[in-house]
Amino acid sequence: MMVYALTFAFGCFALAMLMNLYKVVFSDQVADRILALDTMFINAIAVMVLYGMYLGTEVYFEAAMIIAMLGFVSTVAYARFILRGNIIE
Amino acid sequence: MTFLRRLLPHPYLTLLLTVTWLMLVNGWSLNSLVFGFLLGWLIPFVTRAYWPQQPRVRAPLKIIEYILVVFYDIVVANIEVARIVLFKSNANRTPAWVTIPLDLRTPEAITVLAGTITMTPGTVSADVSAEGHALLVHCLDAPNPEAVRDDIKTRYEARLKEIFE
Amino acid sequence: MDQFLEITVSVFLVVGGVFGLIGSFGLIKLNDPMSRLHGPTKASTLGLGGVLLASMLHSILAEHHVSFHEIMITLFVLLTAPITANFIAKVHIHRHETPKSLPDAGSDKLWATHDIVPDDRATDEA
Repeated sequence: MMVYALTFAFGCFALAMLMNLYKVVFSDQVADRILALDTMFINAIAVMVLYGMYLGTEVYFEAAMIIAMLGFVSTVAYARFILRGNIIE
Repeated sequence: MTFLRRLLPHPYLTLLLTVTWLMLVNGWSLNSLVFGFLLGWLIPFVTRAYWPQQPRVRAPLKIIEYILVVFYDIVVANIEVARIVLFKSNANRTPAWVTIPLDLRTPEAITVLAGTITMTPGTVSADVSAEGHALLVHCLDAPNPEAVRDDIKTRYEARLKEIFE
Repeated sequence: MDQFLEITVSVFLVVGGVFGLIGSFGLIKLNDPMSRLHGPTKASTLGLGGVLLASMLHSILAEHHVSFHEIMITLFVLLTAPITANFIAKVHIHRHETPKSLPDAGSDKLWATHDIVPDDRATDEA
């Protein structure tokens, strides 16, 4: 039964990532693109954790955590670049 | 005492970093405890110039109550936002900006309040005023902005004021 | 007991997936830029939380030990989501709002994003 639930969750997050990709490509506002990329990072973490559950290993948690940290830093860097014109003063 | 203070500028941060390291290692051993404590000592020691003051917490036990209230509200917030996204057409929705005048003065308390507002029902904190006397909050669906403001002030700000000031 | 745990894991997985999907759907459906911030910051966080909770129960079920990595990821995402949301809101205010289009800032006159000291820009570029 858990396999079906896993497949369903995989489908949901894959669809969610496609929606985010659509927004990244076809948006007319920079803030929207940053937001879509940030959401994509969150969904990527979820897919990674699901894949780890599917294979039954814990290797993927390190990768998921690194994605979480890089996602936060890169979103802040994008936003800061637009707000201030540079990233590190 | 002052020597100890200089050596351990932020004891709680040291504790937090040690526990974080143990959780990252995902297991318990004396090696990782020692190394975690070393990191937990080194990081506050190196960065102490950036935060000279210790944040003061008046009522530590109230924090637990606050966390429980916020977690409950996060779950409610998600169901509420999901309902609005799925079943409410854009024409029926009334997004609004709300100004929240702040009674809190310490930066830590204002940061926690802004974070809480973002995670809870239909509101995102967008900006703080130039001198930090008001918060700008965006509501997803607020036919009555005054009610949102009063709710935030009584539910979260009053609790935070007890904790921090 | 195992059966019960497996059902719980499945329920968390399904709920997490649905919330993650709704969060991203909100990004497409909502029509004004500030409202679009609401979907991903909240729904996606709970979606991810559901999946991580399921994963934690799964590691108890399959390997009989408690894994702390999920708690770390959940806490990290919960702590950073308001900060990224705030930064994106600031980007929006910086590019698309003027002090007149926002509500009154009370005694401080301006919101922080609009309160740029002219000298600041000059030193930035130097």
